[in-house]
Amino acid sequence: MSDCRRQWNREDELPVYLAGPIPTGPNQRKTYGMFSSVEGAFESKSIDFDNYAVGRKGIRTPRSGSRERVLDAGDPVGKTSSEAREGSLTNSPGDTDDQQAGVEVRYSSGKESPNEESERLLIKGGRVVNDDQSLYADVYIENGLIKQVGENLVVPGGVKVIEANGRMVIPGGIDANTCLMKPYLGTPPADDFLQGTKAALAGGTTMIIDHVTPEPGESLLQAFECWQEAADKKACCDYSLHVDIPQWDENVKDELELLVQEKGINSFQVYMAYKDTYQMTDSELYEVFSFLKQLGAVVLVHAENGDLIAQEQKKILGMGITGPEGHPLSRPEELEAEAVFRAITLGNRVNCPIYITKVMSKSAADTIAQARRKGYIVFGEPITASLVTDGSHYWSKNWAKAAAYVTSPPLSPDPTTPDHLNTLLACGDLQVVGSAHCAYSTSQKAIGKDDFTLIPEGTNGVEERMGFVWDKAVAMGKMDENQFVAVTSTNAAKIFNLYPRKGRIAVGSDADIVIWDPNSTKTITAKLQQSASEYNIFEGMECRGGPALVLSHGRVVYEEGKVQAQQGTGRFIPRQHFPDYVYQRIKVRNQAKNQQGVIRGLYDGPVYDVVPTQTYITPSPSARTSPTSHQPPPIRNLHQSNFSLSGSQIDDIVPRRSGQRIVAPPGGRSNITSLG
Amino acid sequence: MAFQNKKSSARPAGNRLLIKGGKVVNDDQSFYADIYVEDGIIKQMGESLLVPGGGFQTVEAYGQLVFPGGIDANTSLFSPQRGQQPADDLQRGTRAALCGGTTTILDHVLVEPGTSLLTAFQQWRDMAEQKACCDFSAHLDITRWHNGLTEEVEALVKDQGVNSFLFFMSYKDRYQSSDSQLYEAFGVLRDLGAIAQVHAENGDIIEEEQKKLLCLGITGPEGHVLSHPEEVETEAVYRAITIAKQANCPLYVTKVMSKSAADIIAKARKKGMVVYGEPITAGLATDGSHYWSKDWATAAAFVMSPPLNPDPSTPQSLVSLLACGDLQVTSSAQASFSTAQKAVGKDDFTLIPEGASGIEERLSVVWDRGVCSGKMDENEFVAVTSTNAAKLFNMYPRKGRIAVGSDADLVVWNPKESRTVSAKTHNLSLEVNILEGLEFRGVPSVVICGGRVVLQDGKLNVSEGSGRFVNRKAFPDTVYKRIRARSKMAEARGVPRGNYDGPVHDVISMTKSVPPTPTTRGPPCPKTQTSLRNLHQSGFTLAGGQVDDHLPQRSSQRVMAPPGGCSSFSSLS
Repeated sequence: MSDCRRQWNREDELPVYLAGPIPTGPNQRKTYGMFSSVEGAFESKSIDFDNYAVGRKGIRTPRSGSRERVLDAGDPVGKTSSEAREGSLTNSPGDTDDQQAGVEVRYSSGKESPNEESERLLIKGGRVVNDDQSLYADVYIENGLIKQVGENLVVPGGVKVIEANGRMVIPGGIDANTCLMKPYLGTPPADDFLQGTKAALAGGTTMIIDHVTPEPGESLLQAFECWQEAADKKACCDYSLHVDIPQWDENVKDELELLVQEKGINSFQVYMAYKDTYQMTDSELYEVFSFLKQLGAVVLVHAENGDLIAQEQKKILGMGITGPEGHPLSRPEELEAEAVFRAITLGNRVNCPIYITKVMSKSAADTIAQARRKGYIVFGEPITASLVTDGSHYWSKNWAKAAAYVTSPPLSPDPTTPDHLNTLLACGDLQVVGSAHCAYSTSQKAIGKDDFTLIPEGTNGVEERMGFVWDKAVAMGKMDENQFVAVTSTNAAKIFNLYPRKGRIAVGSDADIVIWDPNSTKTITAKLQQSASEYNIFEGMECRGGPALVLSHGRVVYEEGKVQAQQGTGRFIPRQHFPDYVYQRIKVRNQAKNQQGVIRGLYDGPVYDVVPTQTYITPSPSARTSPTSHQPPPIRNLHQSNFSLSGSQIDDIVPRRSGQRIVAPPGGRSNITSLG
Repeated sequence: MAFQNKKSSARPAGNRLLIKGGKVVNDDQSFYADIYVEDGIIKQMGESLLVPGGGFQTVEAYGQLVFPGGIDANTSLFSPQRGQQPADDLQRGTRAALCGGTTTILDHVLVEPGTSLLTAFQQWRDMAEQKACCDFSAHLDITRWHNGLTEEVEALVKDQGVNSFLFFMSYKDRYQSSDSQLYEAFGVLRDLGAIAQVHAENGDIIEEEQKKLLCLGITGPEGHVLSHPEEVETEAVYRAITIAKQANCPLYVTKVMSKSAADIIAKARKKGMVVYGEPITAGLATDGSHYWSKDWATAAAFVMSPPLNPDPSTPQSLVSLLACGDLQVTSSAQASFSTAQKAVGKDDFTLIPEGASGIEERLSVVWDRGVCSGKMDENEFVAVTSTNAAKLFNMYPRKGRIAVGSDADLVVWNPKESRTVSAKTHNLSLEVNILEGLEFRGVPSVVICGGRVVLQDGKLNVSEGSGRFVNRKAFPDTVYKRIRARSKMAEARGVPRGNYDGPVHDVISMTKSVPPTPTTRGPPCPKTQTSLRNLHQSGFTLAGGQVDDHLPQRSSQRVMAPPGGCSSFSSLS
């Protein structure tokens, strides 16, 4: 026993993840000892923690831990519900399988009922980690839903039992930005919904939100249906869709309304880049924002200044630079930061929530952080690539390698960027990690081999997303496990109104669950990945942390490095408009921001006579200004209006109107020079 | 220059002047000296000067300060708005300027879309020659940039002595320039050595806000400030700086009216960008609370763009930034419209002509708010009211400095006196002065313009048409030294690499079905034709030297190009 205690103390002194190699298996529980309370601290407390069965489990942790030491190779953590809470020492040896600690699946005694194996599941002995707290609890799953969370669950016989052995049980990841069907010049990306979702599952992501990207002129609704059809056939995990708005006109408005009201779409992307195709002017953005705000949708913004990019591209091609390095040279960081600033300004004027997709540079992230400090409702989404690697690879001598990194906005050449973005993610200034997975094959990328502007944009990242957030943020001590769950899953679920169905382990939620192994390490390589692309931009990097087992919809879809998903099992998840997380503040601000005019006496002085000339209302031919008919309402001739317009007027409510005819001496100036 | 000689010879000969006993204040130092002026030029400076002969006028400046005459870098005395001429034209405006200690103005010449720049400039110059009482130069406001204007701009810069051009980011569908236009124009200006100025407000947002407010039934002047919120100005300043950075062109932001816009400029300067900010008299002296005045005429008098900020701490903050050098130049943005003219917009605030006075009070405001409050010293005062503008717009050291050989534009400043601004006593024709009732310490007691005493003992003695045009050369040193060095630095280089020899996805059939894409992503570049070299043929047909002949990889290239060869391109270098 003294031996046990000594070991326990040593464990206690270890910093959580910084202390070198972390022991695997059953010791996992104890590694959190640094943050667990003093032994026995709760024992005299009489608070009824029945609802939080974990509280008690927590007390027991040290003990069971020491017991594990004694039993060494045994697997005492998995306990059947019949086990007594305390004093389980005697019971446990009976349960032990002769396996080493690890995630294992077995059936509870006797009644094997293979028919139900996908229906009923019990995850035992794991630490349930949500974004707000971590607790020891078992999770019972039936029909793809979480039915019970807690200790000593009463479950029917014959359930499949998964022993988590103290590992973390986290809500499945939600990747809020993938493009698995975005065509480039008519050809689809290498990863379609099947390959892409398989890769997602292999990385611990159980839901993706894919971008529907209609071409300008195409119907949004048709594109949406096309995407949905393809995804229904192929997707292996649940999915939802963002719809990109390629242009702005009346038809689009009707379609948007339909998509929001009937199709369960609540997020739409607009572009500030891609001049002459997707780019919108500030006026259009203002209108889109106003419109989407009324529908209760979230606006996603691709923020880059397209006008300047077009100019820079021209310049750089003119200088004879045609390789992939021209891509970051023509899209400097400033242009991203500028567009982010502008998008936030527009969003705040309209009082509409803004979600910046693909935050790639420090200055853009800082702009978002500052705006949030001023109270603006804006969310930022860094992606796997920007959190892990930098833009130095664009200068690689290997064309294929350099081209693989081409994405927009580009990776910043500043090598301190990933670190900075991880820090902002950890402190909550950035909220969601996406992957922007859009994998084109090298031969597709090679379309732009003589002109970097033709290289299709997109990198991989859906499979590596969760692992690298763990590696770069949690394992570095920047972020705790709860924040990890928040940025990889819960925040996205909240913003896009999937919460609490997704993004949380709670009774009633979907059984999208990942058993996370913080100790596994793997080296990323294109040879071992699920994705179909030949090149992985993280090639050769080592990543700590990864999923040990993934459940989607209550079924085991990934285990021991193998994806066992079935094509077409993913469901479309409709999303309601007006997500609370985003719109509560917006609604209050709408009321608070009510603007009012000044009630003042009528101006009765002389009025300069202007000959109305039309010359200065000529519409500008420039790209940013739309020749909309916007002329200010003509001045109503008040001397006539009282006779001819007998109906009610717009400004009837304004009190000054009645007095108008009385005080109008031709040269009366007495009133005007007096200061009010 | 020939013109200038004509002018000065037209003056009465023997115009000689001695300013005695004053403390000469330049932007770098102050010292006691007498100044001897002959023919409009400072001839001697120092103590106990030997002045040849008699017959010169003596100005006593004991106990007072002698400044270089103020330079007002932003006035609009001739530019019409919506068809209305400003109430105070070049004659009355410059008169007021002299009265306030400003001896040089830089007037904005608004060129309506479709009009020739040169014609507009000539028209303005003819008018100014006739009317202006003080020296003058011009900024040209370009309302619709297209590449055809390059020649005219070049002519103006090289032959006409204009080196600054203003672009509007606001006034949608009338004057607004797009980001592309700004970028192109900035590039042209950089090559010519001129300074780009911007009126920084996001016109798109403003227009939408105006529509919204009018729909809400807000038609009074308060609608102006509500539709031009601070962040709209800030956004445009940020964007303008980004564009200027990309184009490597010096940028001068006119009319900095809000704290956040000024902060953006200050931050950009800290990052090393060549950008200058100009607060105006009204912004330094008062705030935007008056837009909610019950008196329509008062409220309307304050209408200007960007509007005065409703935040009452703004003036203090702007003065502080001015004092520490984050903002550089003060101007007046004088553009006065009478109440009758403003009343055109009595039922719709968007029609109210924009602009306010300030040309006369500028120096006093800066003295009172800056120097008397202890934020800046007298040398900084000279810098922000005169010297900096002279340097930026390349009039230094002829203007903006008291030195032998400089123009004799001098102000004898009495820091002890004070005056109260009132529409009844000012020298403009306006019925409302936005600074009405405010008292400012520091008054010019004597103003000398071109060697002539124009203000003494409170009496103005000016003659119409006595002002001269100031020729300004391109490439002002203060601004362009850094720009030049950066142009050399900024050249990007490509990576020399072997040709890509892997498979290429076939898109030829697909491009037809998606026509817009190739044109949009960049120029329909002719390069693609030449650079799509077919390597299998090139060995035979292209016998001459190739662009990439020097690259070592090339020799091996023909060998390893199997039709479906994947081995080489997936390997990492």
